[in-house]
Amino acid sequence: MQKASVSTTAPTLAHGPKTRLAWVGQGFLLILAVLALYIVVRNLIQDPVQFGQIIIGGLQLGFVYALIALGYTMVYGIVKLINFAHGDVFMVGAFVSFFSVTKFNLESWPAVVFPGLPAAVVVVIGTLTVILLSMIVCTVLAITIERVAYKPLRDAPRIAALITAIGVSFFLEYFGALKFVFTPEFIPYPSPFTVVTFYINNGIQMMVPGKPLPGHVVTFTSIFVIFIVATLLVQFLLQYLVHRTKIGIAMRATSFDKPAARLMGINVDQVISFTFAVGAAFAGLGGVLYAIAYSSIWTQLGILPGLKAFVAAVVGGIGSIPGAFVGALIMGLAENLTMGYISTPMRDAVAFTILILVLLIRPTGLFGEPEKEKA
Amino acid sequence: METTPIQTEPVLTITGLTKFFGGLRAVHNFDLTIQPGQLLGLIGPNGAGKTTIFNMITGLYVPSGGEICFLGETILGQEPFEITRAGIGRTFQNIRLFPNLSVLDNVRIAYHPRAGYSMFDAIFRNSKYEAKERELTEQAQDFLAIFNLENIQNELAKNLPYGEQRRVEIARALACNPQLLLLDEPAAGMNPREIVQLMELIHFVRDRFKLTILLIEHQMRVVMGICEHITVMDFGEVIARGTPKEIQDNPKVIEAYLGKGAAHAA
Amino acid sequence: MGLIDIFTSLVKIIAVLAYVYGLLWVLGKSSRWVKIAGILVAFGIIQLVITVNIGGSPIFNGFDLGLLFQACSMTMVALGLNLIYGFNGQFSLGQYGFYGIGAYTAADITYRWINGDARGLIVVLSGVIIVGLMIFGLRQIIHRYRGIPVLTQFTLYLVGTILAGIVAVYIGRGIAPAINPLLGTNLVPGALAQGIPLQVVFFLAIICAGVFAAETSFLFGLPVLTLGSDYFGIATLGFTIVVNTLMLNSDTILPFPEMKGGRGMIGIPKLTTWFWAFVFLVLVIVVMRNIIRSSSGRTIMSVREDEVAARAMGVDVADTKLISFMVGSLFAGIGGAIYAHYIGFLSPNTFNFLLSFNPLIIVVFGGLGSMSGTIAATFGWTFFLEGLLRNLLGTMGTDAPTWRYVLYPVTLLVVMLIRPQGLLGTTEWGFLKDILIKPRVKPQVAAPGPIAPAESQQGLD
Repeated sequence: MQKASVSTTAPTLAHGPKTRLAWVGQGFLLILAVLALYIVVRNLIQDPVQFGQIIIGGLQLGFVYALIALGYTMVYGIVKLINFAHGDVFMVGAFVSFFSVTKFNLESWPAVVFPGLPAAVVVVIGTLTVILLSMIVCTVLAITIERVAYKPLRDAPRIAALITAIGVSFFLEYFGALKFVFTPEFIPYPSPFTVVTFYINNGIQMMVPGKPLPGHVVTFTSIFVIFIVATLLVQFLLQYLVHRTKIGIAMRATSFDKPAARLMGINVDQVISFTFAVGAAFAGLGGVLYAIAYSSIWTQLGILPGLKAFVAAVVGGIGSIPGAFVGALIMGLAENLTMGYISTPMRDAVAFTILILVLLIRPTGLFGEPEKEKA
Repeated sequence: METTPIQTEPVLTITGLTKFFGGLRAVHNFDLTIQPGQLLGLIGPNGAGKTTIFNMITGLYVPSGGEICFLGETILGQEPFEITRAGIGRTFQNIRLFPNLSVLDNVRIAYHPRAGYSMFDAIFRNSKYEAKERELTEQAQDFLAIFNLENIQNELAKNLPYGEQRRVEIARALACNPQLLLLDEPAAGMNPREIVQLMELIHFVRDRFKLTILLIEHQMRVVMGICEHITVMDFGEVIARGTPKEIQDNPKVIEAYLGKGAAHAA
Repeated sequence: MGLIDIFTSLVKIIAVLAYVYGLLWVLGKSSRWVKIAGILVAFGIIQLVITVNIGGSPIFNGFDLGLLFQACSMTMVALGLNLIYGFNGQFSLGQYGFYGIGAYTAADITYRWINGDARGLIVVLSGVIIVGLMIFGLRQIIHRYRGIPVLTQFTLYLVGTILAGIVAVYIGRGIAPAINPLLGTNLVPGALAQGIPLQVVFFLAIICAGVFAAETSFLFGLPVLTLGSDYFGIATLGFTIVVNTLMLNSDTILPFPEMKGGRGMIGIPKLTTWFWAFVFLVLVIVVMRNIIRSSSGRTIMSVREDEVAARAMGVDVADTKLISFMVGSLFAGIGGAIYAHYIGFLSPNTFNFLLSFNPLIIVVFGGLGSMSGTIAATFGWTFFLEGLLRNLLGTMGTDAPTWRYVLYPVTLLVVMLIRPQGLLGTTEWGFLKDILIKPRVKPQVAAPGPIAPAESQQGLD
């Protein structure tokens, strides 16, 4: 260590103490990034259509994750709980819509009640009803879980609530798998409306069933469009809710400082329940859209997407709503790119490797704020 | 005629210390020199930056600028545990004992760097472990006895009353064998009688362990009562230095604490 | 399943728990001879129960023995987690990752050995030793120079590990051909593939599995432990899933065709006997207890209590976290090795994400920060849940396994609501109890001169 001279003018430090060999670690990451970029660009050049297809698939997946991730990030922000059961609420949303379509034909109720309505209107209103029902059921489910399982443990050590969340998650997954309730198998899911496919060839054209596609073109479905619309709508709605409404301010206040919020007259219990409810509603929406897009459901549907959505929330900065959205898109794209260009089995590994990398480089996530502990 | 002191080197020399938290300038151009054996006070209104300075000295925060020299060598960039092992001990504003550990264990942790045995010795429970562990424990017990804490040595720290927790914290910091002790608001939450005992304790500790002490405190009785020299801060900057008497009469200090009008009234 | 069977099952559960308590009690006696006698008796009782027949079948039949082995290996995993989380305060969901690494590593070594390929043992053994030396050496160098960021350290260790691995593979290629002829085939075992040599190889395989897991945890933990507890937990979750994915693709992405990826590895020699399980169980318990009841243990706990204060007391917090993470993974790896060799086959599904919560549930159930609680909870959980309950529910038809997962969470929820600190809280049994130090009768005056002013209640002098 050097002997310091007591000088009257202070030497300024730029970024704290000297960091040696920082280039080694950063170089390593750079190499990884360049490698990934190389793989992507090389494949892009070889087959731009496939690239476009992968991007679209990745974005769609990202939208699913985004809808789920919102619930995770909001709940963690407000009660610091990783709500492991959230992915299963997503699954319940899918199942509820399955029931409403197969058992009650809910998607066509306008035609039954108002026989003269044009088909397009029936489809729109019917589907919206199905979705709405799922969202409501999910909301009720989430509020029930919160009241029964989480609220009593709010003052207990955090691990107790975490374990309970795990328990609720298991329960939801396996209760539906019991034979007398449902089945542990995969269930084919009938869409409440016919999905239309578009392809890009001199502009956007609609595919006619029966007529073959003109060569190698990028296709996307109406579901994809619905996803974009729905997710963006949800994002804007949420931003407005959180920043412009009274309940939104209450949510933010509670997430900063619960006791203080209580002292300011905020009904903290209600705000927390509301947060769970909003997150669950969007997860339910995601569940229905997912089922329509990927045509089959099963009781353990929520596990992996739930986990990846959680990772997405962390990547974007847990507690940040725009962060969850961006993180989810990144996750969806990365997963699809891996599936397409590296190999399918690796895609789960990639998702969690991204998590570890993000935690190493920027632990608070893209949009997160560092937590300062004052001594 | 001046008698040459035995040790002329200052214990701690801080020059130009600055700290930014993002855009907020918490500390600006802070200078301080502490001679061995001194009992110094650092005072100022809340938010003046005092604890931030403590945190920078002990390595918990990285300064944005400036230099800190302890016993002639810079300690910038060192990890907090290295700085402690080099000889700086501290207590915390809101007591930070290890709540679920006993008083004895709280103190024994201070001896860990000097334990004399490795984890492998502990695993095999060899004679080196037995001997050193016994030695360590006896030293810790003797240490507690100095503070009359040996009777409660097996109590969990979280079960102690506040005053005793404070004492344990000071004892624990001293068990680290420091040459410089930083006390962060040691009198917080104490009643007048406890404050008197605290003042005696600080004097006793300084004399017995041949320490240098730097003290942050709001209770003026303590500051004026035991500090030999005081530095006053406000808004991250030094606004006055001097003996207790000088500080008491300093209009800038009065203004910082009581506002503009009060300075004229003094 | 009749009432008699249910009754015997209950008796077995109580007996096992009493046995565990007794073992810990006798280990806690101060006389060395009592301890040794106790260990021998403890070993003997179960050995007897396994071998002695009453009316044609052993008291402890094959199924019970399986439960016993499962309990032993799971106890090691759970104790590891308790060290990392209960005592060190770092929430980890990664134990199953190391459990799986330990299981597959040990299994591969012995599988190859009995199939005439010594490379498994040679490569892993030399690899583990070289990596260990590399880590030790590199650490000295890195600590000499302050200010090397963690990411760089990680990269250096990673490069070192890869190089060490390559060297190990070459060593294996070089030495193995000399040994292979002595191994024979799995149908006609050679001299080194049976009897004592095989037991030695088994022992080495277990050790290597544990150390390999510990070295992996070092590499992974180095950058990740610097994150706060929550983020660390998430990262370890990611680790478990990545390891699981690698297991599923062990024959495609990784070059281990004998592991057969998702189809599962079969043909692992069933070398686990009560002797080995007992020895390693006792070893793990003793080592863990000796660490906890020492200065290192106090340091580990201080990090859990208050990291900032620990730093201020001279504790190298990062180092402490890393050490407890490594030891915890070591235990998990050993547990995995024992498990693999009792069950004879390995499927990646055993180590999937959902099941990875088992050790966490056990540890919280038994009481974080109580080793006795962990041991009791593991044995109770294994024998009750896997034993009694499975039999009971077996009568419910094919839904039985699924019902387990429904009752689990309900029981869990009830326990969390009634007693969140776990069954044993922080109490310990026998040997594991904290060593209570009595205050010393003041032999000499500790402080000449003024008695500590704290005593003077009479006010000012």
